[in-house]
Amino acid sequence: MLEISHLNVSYDSVKILDDLNFKLERGSFTALLGPNGTGKSTLLKAMANLIPSSGEVTFCEDDQSTRNARANVCAYMPQDTGIASTLTVLEVVLLGRIVSLGLTVPKAILDEASQYLNRFGLENFESRRLNTLSGGQRQLVYLAQSLFRDPSVLLLDEPTSALDLRHQLIVLDHVANYCRNLKGTAVAAMHDLSLAAKYAQRIICLSEGRVIADGTPEKVLTKALIRKVYRVEADVFSGTNGVLHITALAAC
Amino acid sequence: MTSIAYRKMARHRLGWLITGVTLLLLSILIDLSTGPALLNIYDVFSTFFSPEKMSDPMVYVIVHNIRLPMTMMAIVVGASLGAAGALMQTILGNPLASPYTLGFSAAAGFGAAVTILFGLELPYFPELSVPFFAFIAASTACALVYGVAQLKGVTAEVMVLSGIATLFLFQSLQSLAQYMASPEVLQEIVFWLFGSMLKANWFSVSVGSSIFLFSVLVLTKDCWKLTALRLGDDRALSLGVNVQRLRLKVFAVVSLLTAGAVAFVGTIGFIGLVAPHIARMLVGEDHRLLLPFSSITGAVLMVAASIISKVISPGSIVPIGIVTAVVGVPFLFGLILTNKRGS
Repeated sequence: MLEISHLNVSYDSVKILDDLNFKLERGSFTALLGPNGTGKSTLLKAMANLIPSSGEVTFCEDDQSTRNARANVCAYMPQDTGIASTLTVLEVVLLGRIVSLGLTVPKAILDEASQYLNRFGLENFESRRLNTLSGGQRQLVYLAQSLFRDPSVLLLDEPTSALDLRHQLIVLDHVANYCRNLKGTAVAAMHDLSLAAKYAQRIICLSEGRVIADGTPEKVLTKALIRKVYRVEADVFSGTNGVLHITALAAC
Repeated sequence: MTSIAYRKMARHRLGWLITGVTLLLLSILIDLSTGPALLNIYDVFSTFFSPEKMSDPMVYVIVHNIRLPMTMMAIVVGASLGAAGALMQTILGNPLASPYTLGFSAAAGFGAAVTILFGLELPYFPELSVPFFAFIAASTACALVYGVAQLKGVTAEVMVLSGIATLFLFQSLQSLAQYMASPEVLQEIVFWLFGSMLKANWFSVSVGSSIFLFSVLVLTKDCWKLTALRLGDDRALSLGVNVQRLRLKVFAVVSLLTAGAVAFVGTIGFIGLVAPHIARMLVGEDHRLLLPFSSITGAVLMVAASIISKVISPGSIVPIGIVTAVVGVPFLFGLILTNKRGS
């Protein structure tokens, strides 16, 4: 479905990603973990073809090497930088179909965008300006925009950063539904290990631009790995629902 | 189906567009009726719709040969600077950006000053010498910023920095030209720099409007891409917009619009800064509406400034560049004070 082979990225001769190789199955949700500066955002941007890279990123066995072709297949959602745009929520969602928009927008597309907002509980927000929304609401709008593109692959850069607990769960529930119901493939860079364990079927852990662990949450999220990668003593235990919980105890 | 609130907002925006056009038509009529030779609106109407019934043929000459080119030029300059300002604020992601920011107007002023100082003349068309060299100087400033951006990366920061450096360079050169000029030549340079519609004629109107229409055609397809840029470079990129290419293309169009506007009438300030802000407050950031409304707002402000420039001192016309801020500031303050956040 999505194959990364020998992917390398360098900035000013400093290697950020070093020979990454992995495959992702259709309908899977993968969490990218690792401390700050290990290349998670760079990997997502390279997958979306937004930065120069060497190696291959193959979607559906088709060549999607050009930016526009890749943009049609995968939707990349950057971290919310809080840019105070005064665009309305409906306009932001419509931008998800930018390639098919002309000077006039067909009513069918407007209605469809509106339905997407309804799905995210934002039915009364169409005419609200983006700069009047909370961080969580803004993140939902951006997620609605990404899904409105009807992508095969969803690339999310810290989608729950700066969100309250409820919004973290709402955003990730939508991503999980996208994978489960629409058979889309999602890759999210995350910092919350418990949330990653709850939602992702697979964890890829990066350190200094390399994959140092890859597998199910149970296999990857061990005390030893957390100590090695994050330099943190943590308690890892299975909750009543069988989901892993990770509690950071102390920095080593 | 879209919500009632959204449809209401869309109607509201369309209403502003219609109001803008109505205001423009009204201000055109008042501008044509205002001047040292007092004419009433009925006479002005008659010159267009029933010139054969007019008792005084001078009225026709005054309206069509003297005032109409000035009014049309005010519209063209206002529309060009309004659109250029909106485009500049979008590609630089900076609300303080205007056609002045990157030094194009200062360069045009320098070109004009040098032409006047050294008495440069174009063969066969001596009357076009000042606009021609002003245009060339503005294009040179554009090429300078463009070149630096190409070498160092087409980011908003690089463009603003190299543009401001260009602005200071041409302002200094302009001052040098003024310092070297005799009192008579200095007076002529300063008058040009003030910006005046008295320099307008049908040739300048046709050149300015052709550049404006060409720019509209070139950018029509990019409205949604420009709208996407309001979400930041990263998001625009992720939506498939080639941000660098778009920024360079818009930059070239802005320099053309600015050079075309200021080369004929001199330096006109403030319109390029204030018109996009007024437009954004009223119709939002969807560039399908923002760009035409910025143009309409710029044109209304310029024509209003033209009217005021004629009534400040009865019997004479104050250079319009002096009064543009006088017209624009109350408009902007009024909107800032009455605009509800997020409405």
